[in-house]
Amino acid sequence: MATLIGRSLAGASLIVVLLVAWQGLALSGRVTPFMLPPLTAVLERIARDAASGELALQLGATLYRALAGFAVASVGGVALGLLVARFAALRWFFDPIISVGFPMPKIAFLPIVVLWLGFHDASKIAMVIVDAIFPVLTATIAGAQAVPRELLWSAKSMGASDRQAWREIVLPAALPELLTGLQVALPIALIVCIVAEMMTGGVGLGGAMIKAMRFADSRGVFAAIVEIALVGYVLVKLMGAARRRLLIWHPEAQR
Amino acid sequence: MSAALGRYLPLLLLALTWEAVARLGLVSSLALPALSDVAAAWWQLLASGELLTNGAASLYRAGAGLALAISIGGAVGILMAWWRPLLVVAGPLVELLYPMPKSALIPVTALWLGFGDGSKILLIFLGCMLPVTIGAFNGARGTDQALLWSARSMGAGRLGTLWDVVVPSALPEILNGIRSAIALSFVLLVSAELIVARDGLGYMIGFLGAGGVYDAMFAVVLTVALLGFAADRCYRRAMNRVLLWRL
Repeated sequence: MATLIGRSLAGASLIVVLLVAWQGLALSGRVTPFMLPPLTAVLERIARDAASGELALQLGATLYRALAGFAVASVGGVALGLLVARFAALRWFFDPIISVGFPMPKIAFLPIVVLWLGFHDASKIAMVIVDAIFPVLTATIAGAQAVPRELLWSAKSMGASDRQAWREIVLPAALPELLTGLQVALPIALIVCIVAEMMTGGVGLGGAMIKAMRFADSRGVFAAIVEIALVGYVLVKLMGAARRRLLIWHPEAQR
Repeated sequence: MSAALGRYLPLLLLALTWEAVARLGLVSSLALPALSDVAAAWWQLLASGELLTNGAASLYRAGAGLALAISIGGAVGILMAWWRPLLVVAGPLVELLYPMPKSALIPVTALWLGFGDGSKILLIFLGCMLPVTIGAFNGARGTDQALLWSARSMGAGRLGTLWDVVVPSALPEILNGIRSAIALSFVLLVSAELIVARDGLGYMIGFLGAGGVYDAMFAVVLTVALLGFAADRCYRRAMNRVLLWRL
């Protein structure tokens, strides 16, 4: 415990040192405020946007798109993954699509998705789904296929129906891997959402950032970076906490 | 050959459906140009040399950024496992920066280095470094203690053990980290080129799309997607060859 506190103290102090160095470098006059605005100015800007409600608006739009896409990708990815693991015909169909689609830089399809669905929420959410579904899908399939056969056989021999066996045995047994897939998908959802917003502009953290860049408003750009970094950090931490909660029965929680 | 055909038959079916849907006029050719038109446009772009010059610009950026990310990221990761003080200071920083959506750096790198090669190389370097660092760190930390002791007892120096024992045993995880870095580099490159660039494949996509030349735009999109896929496949094959000694 003491080392844990010591370590997080060391980590926190490094971050403080870096922030102080940022401020010092910005004020030293070695770089222009355009290249690196002082930290205090950036924080002031964030506070001003927070007070005026601007921040809530931008943040809300980004979170809504990223999380809506992530939710659809999660539910769809898990459902499709279980079906693919269960039915050989589906496996035949989706296997090549997944193995070609997963390593592709799907963000390149963004202009096509915008062409089809317009500049509003729908195209961004669709892009998030397309990108975030692959890790969920592959993790679910791998998890479901790794379930020990004996577990399924025992459940069947004790009279469980096919559906019961999948809900009561396969889903829980695949849960750790499934959650790993979700943990990979969540940051992807945020990244893709922000890129989509940058490209199409408008409301949202990515749009606000690109607008600030076009107006050479570097305080706005740095304020958006700090906000986006914090959002990413909080989301990843929340996901980790959710994993610990959901897997409390699993041996990994005891470690 | 026929096994591969059977395996990829679903993709062929999708391609045929695409062609049929477009040819039968079920959707507007503005929304979905026929696959054969896309192929023709692709050939034209290739013949005019546009695809090659822009592709070369993109690959140069991705290659330079990745080379920096791999050499510096890998070294930092191994040193973090090797030298405790570095872990204490850099560990929390890595943990803090890892979940940060790297695409947020696109405007900053453009502010710093302009719209040319420099900003993309910096972006790819910054964005792809952490997966390599984390892979190298996990791999190096997992080095078998017995191997280290044997090397030391047989007279290897500190640096000698680092190079001959730690690096090879960390190699599988380093290579896996590099694999995620390659995938990430394509994403960052295309995003950055779509948003702020004057050449490159991503720029071509945006430019052709804005001009309404959709069959050519589809052609470049598919080129980028296939390049990303091919890079991953080639890398995986090379990785398996490098790791042959590991049984």
